[in-house]
Amino acid sequence: MSDIKIKIKDRFGVNHLLDAPTDMAMNIMELCKAYDLPVEGTCGGMAMCASCQCYVHSNHELSERGEAEEDMLDQAFFVKENSRLGCQLYLSIEMDGLELELAPES
Amino acid sequence: MIKTDILIIGAGPVGLFTVFEAGLLKLRCHLIDALPYAGGQCAEIYPKKPIYDIPAYPEILAGDLIQNLERQIAPFEPTYTLGERAETIDKLADGNFMVTTNKGTEHSAAAVIIAGGLGSFEPRKPPIAGISDYEDRGVTYMIKDPQTYRNKRVVISGGGDSALDWTIFLANVASEVILVHRKNEFRGALDSVEKVSELAKNGKIKLITEAEVTEIHGDGKVESVVVNHSKEGNIEVPCDYFIPLFGLLPKLGPIANWGLEIEKNAIKVNNALDYSTNIPGIFAVGDVNTYPGKLKLILCGFHEATIAVQFAYNIVNPGKKYLMKYTTVNGITGFNGETKKSEKAVVKSI
Repeated sequence: MSDIKIKIKDRFGVNHLLDAPTDMAMNIMELCKAYDLPVEGTCGGMAMCASCQCYVHSNHELSERGEAEEDMLDQAFFVKENSRLGCQLYLSIEMDGLELELAPES
Repeated sequence: MIKTDILIIGAGPVGLFTVFEAGLLKLRCHLIDALPYAGGQCAEIYPKKPIYDIPAYPEILAGDLIQNLERQIAPFEPTYTLGERAETIDKLADGNFMVTTNKGTEHSAAAVIIAGGLGSFEPRKPPIAGISDYEDRGVTYMIKDPQTYRNKRVVISGGGDSALDWTIFLANVASEVILVHRKNEFRGALDSVEKVSELAKNGKIKLITEAEVTEIHGDGKVESVVVNHSKEGNIEVPCDYFIPLFGLLPKLGPIANWGLEIEKNAIKVNNALDYSTNIPGIFAVGDVNTYPGKLKLILCGFHEATIAVQFAYNIVNPGKKYLMKYTTVNGITGFNGETKKSEKAVVKSI
């Protein structure tokens, strides 16, 4: 079993505990869409729209922001220190128990 | 007025391939696109990215896919209205549709196929209360005529290339230019970043970093903006224009107001039959449509377009019989009369 648990708070403050496979090369944006959470993923995961922006609330060590992600977050709104683009966070065993919150739509 | 058989809204890969399938049925097409060139997202966002799921192409760059499609459809002589956004649709007395662009160009056709992808690219608007009330009253997201700002006080916000480039340009036009950016560093081209910092050092412009514009004030037009600085708090900055430059975002745009049934920001279509919308004569194909099990893939859009044009044929030519033909058997005949056909020698008897 390669599933991990990811906790996501939606824009109404409702928490969703999601079973997330780590063997399908999925990212957080795709996971949200697969569970019908209101994440547009407009650009398809190229870090070009910020519609999957989320805030990281747990202390998990995540991959560093890449150039494209930094560029996009520079132009996005509601950006905080703990902002990440869901499409750039690929599910891995180390992310088990990760707690995220969807940023407001812009 | 531009007249054609099928009007295609969107000149991305699926819109372009629609021309080919329509051409096989001897239907002429005209395409409208808000971008100044054909190709849609493939040309605008990721021309150098390889695509791996186009059948028979193990790998093809998005830009090359568009070039190939343009070559493929050339015999069917498509015509274009580029750099204009399809704004309104009306039904004419003769039963045809009339689509008018934001620049007033009128087009008429018996059938309309929307291949609008993610929509048209529109400026990303900052979430400032009441900002829409000031649009064209001092707030603008795109600089059309720089002379508008001559001897005016301008506040630009953003940290990308367009914010930097316009700051540099307007430094010699406006009486005052203030660039507001959320961070202390800029991610634009190094050359532009250096120029902006030199202009700031020489007092030609003013830089306010680690700050955001949070309010707009003025009686009927922009008179000042409030800049919230991370350390100094709110600073009121008198100005004539506020120009937020935060890049572009695709939006469904005016199509959303055409009376089409919309679900999840996409146009609902009948995928069991013909990819028609709730308005007879209007079809939607590619990323812009939705139906149960929809996959936003170029290859799915190609299929949808192929089916849709078979039904659009019946609308353009009511009652006229036709049966789909194989290009391997009949080749293709362009509107200039030239035919491309396979060599008989390679055909084996069954």
